[in-house]
Amino acid sequence: MKKNILYISAVLAVALFASSCKKDITERNQDLPALAPANIDLNADTWVPILTGASSFTVATPEAITTPNYLADLNEIKSYQKNLTSEQKDIIKYWSAGSVLRWNEILRELVAKHNLPPYQNDDGSYPFPSAANPLAYPQFPFSNPPYAARAYAYISAAQYDALVQAWKFKKSFNRAAPYKNDVNVQALVPKSDLPSYPSEDATVAGVTAQMMVLLFPGDLDFIQKKVAEEKLYRLMAGANTRSDWDAGENLGKQVANVFLARARTDKAGAAIGTQADWTKFETDAKAAGNTPWISLELPHRPPMLPLFPKVTPILLPAAAVATVRPAAPYKEGTAEYEKDLKEVMAMSNDHSRDHERIVAFWADGVGTATPPGHWNSIAAEEFVKHNWSEVRWARNFALLNMAQMDAAIVCWDTKYFYFNPRPTQMVAGIKTLTGIPNFPSYISGHATFSGAAATVLGYLVPERATEFMAMANEAGMSRLYGGIHYRNDCTVGLATGVKVGEYAVNRGKTDGAN
Amino acid sequence: MKYLLQYTYRYCAGIIAFVALSQTVCAQTESDAIMIPKNYLCIAGMYAHNNWDHYWEGTLKRENLNLGTISSNIYNVGAVYGLSNRINVSAFMPYIQTKASAGTLRGQRGFQDINLAVKWMAVREQIGRGLLSFHAIASGSIPVGNYQGDYLPFALGSRSKSIAIRGLVNYQIGRFFVAGAGQYIRKDNITIDRDAYYTTEMHYTNQVALPNATNFLVSAGFRSLLLNVEAIATKYTTLGGFDITRNNMPFPSNRMNATAVGGLVKYMPQTLKGLEFTLGSNYVVAGRNVGQNLQVMGGVDYVFSVKKEKK
Repeated sequence: MKKNILYISAVLAVALFASSCKKDITERNQDLPALAPANIDLNADTWVPILTGASSFTVATPEAITTPNYLADLNEIKSYQKNLTSEQKDIIKYWSAGSVLRWNEILRELVAKHNLPPYQNDDGSYPFPSAANPLAYPQFPFSNPPYAARAYAYISAAQYDALVQAWKFKKSFNRAAPYKNDVNVQALVPKSDLPSYPSEDATVAGVTAQMMVLLFPGDLDFIQKKVAEEKLYRLMAGANTRSDWDAGENLGKQVANVFLARARTDKAGAAIGTQADWTKFETDAKAAGNTPWISLELPHRPPMLPLFPKVTPILLPAAAVATVRPAAPYKEGTAEYEKDLKEVMAMSNDHSRDHERIVAFWADGVGTATPPGHWNSIAAEEFVKHNWSEVRWARNFALLNMAQMDAAIVCWDTKYFYFNPRPTQMVAGIKTLTGIPNFPSYISGHATFSGAAATVLGYLVPERATEFMAMANEAGMSRLYGGIHYRNDCTVGLATGVKVGEYAVNRGKTDGAN
Repeated sequence: MKYLLQYTYRYCAGIIAFVALSQTVCAQTESDAIMIPKNYLCIAGMYAHNNWDHYWEGTLKRENLNLGTISSNIYNVGAVYGLSNRINVSAFMPYIQTKASAGTLRGQRGFQDINLAVKWMAVREQIGRGLLSFHAIASGSIPVGNYQGDYLPFALGSRSKSIAIRGLVNYQIGRFFVAGAGQYIRKDNITIDRDAYYTTEMHYTNQVALPNATNFLVSAGFRSLLLNVEAIATKYTTLGGFDITRNNMPFPSNRMNATAVGGLVKYMPQTLKGLEFTLGSNYVVAGRNVGQNLQVMGGVDYVFSVKKEKK
């Protein structure tokens, strides 16, 4: 009897051991359906581009579908389709969710990979990444929030312009998809009436890969692997011929060059500033009778991108930056200031699990896609529900990300205009629930980005506007709960972000996409 | 009965807290060859202090001026019960506080996981001049507190359910013994507060797969009715996981390896029947993505029979 019990227990134990502890995870972006636009937005050739309204691009006239070259292209597709491996089917499944979506995810991944502050030199100074030598430590770029906001904006805006241009050529050449030209080509993605030359996927891949040359120059091997994989997907799926692809990729690169020319001269390259600049912020704050911000890192790190305010905004007129800038923060010693400071101290001692959760959810710090990236992720998960065309996906991401880039400029302008300290600098002993970012307190970057993002998303998806703004508010307040910002930093940040977001909404109302 | 009590010795629980960048606690009873007899209960209370100021970022050993020294206090209480002379069960639950000496990041505090174990002495045979025993130990841990597992290096633990099996061989000649053990730990996925994270690639989920782990131990020492002195070396290895990249934050699914050496002294005053006092220490001599921890611990146990002894 005793033996039986032992035996049964042993069997049960083994069964328990083998079955307990789940290891499988299905990620949210894994099982997305293939993009099947409810409206192919055939008139997108008339939408207003961001930068390329007056540019001219060249796409060679495609060969007729009866030519030997085109027939060879079709045969290539059929030969792929004859023996698709399960790995190739996975590639089709992955990319068919949408080109703009997948490239946005790839960008977020690169931002997260590179969002790491450089480690100090032996003498206590800090090295800066070099675009000329991106793979040496510290690797280029350090994709902190302003850098990331700008990268998301340029890539989204360039994708949008490239697709508007592609639509023009699609309509003028009007060559149908391979599965329409040959009954023996299977459509392994939902069929579309959109002309297939030049390929919209190739346009997105081409423009994005070319933008990466500037933005993530150390990862071009990874990028090119993705381009090749997407190209293979379009061919295997019967959605494009090789010539459809090549024309699109080439057009994408041409459009990217317009954006690269702007990005190379937008002053972001000088945003790090010099020792003289850093010192000047301090002297100016003192001269104004304020306590200047100091870095709370050891050794003290130069402030993050103090000359980012000088970057040319993409939506706002440059002169508008100073007009959107909010009024000064509460002065030390005033009742409002003391009240805000006491609140931060109380938050520091508040061990509410809910606060910890909110702080962690919105922290988006080191090693993450940054707050603008988090809003891209929120947007992408919303966009997949709407079955938009690629060009509408791109347009909506462009509005979102241009707003976030300008939010970064306005927020950084405010931060360095007032150069005011974090609560933790003013009172020793404040414990924070997340790392303290290395730049002045007023106004909260998280709140500003979130206000701008929620305003744009609320315009694009009005039925969820209230919800997006509630999320933005939570993102902003998470910085107060975390003990790294005053309430005023968060509320003014949110309101300022909303103002920036309105610029994108106004653009959206007049760009012809409605 | 009395013979058995003396023979197996009345050691109860001690604690060896293995502290990586997270704090994992395992009751020492599941890693030694000591059994308590049928119907005996051991109530144990322990305290351990951990601290480190250097850690391995991947394989690179470094300090962090913005953390200074990371320390934790562990208060562990639990019980071991003799279901039979060959089967013991135990349950322990630690309360942990963590903090850093520099920077502003707030430490954590709270109950960690309940640790349950069944120890079965499967073999006990006279071989040569000595006594050989083999023990199979099954154990598991279940998070109790709602703490943040994704808050290293301050997290109280990874907030994962885990299940482990261990085989332990002990050979004793007179008052001297040597022991060796191997353990395989299987860990459940955890849920974190974030909705995405980057390891070596991006993940859009709040679920994190933790690598399983092995834990090997060798120990040797002296045991008498009064005193137990032993030296212990352990090697904990995660099977998978990724390295912390340069100047990045640690993450629960990092590869976390640690080799530690230490010693343990237990004293059983014969004048106070049933009481045991334990002092111990261990130090991480090699590691990967863990802190170079020094632990000092002390504990008091009380062992008693819950049934009247049959004469």
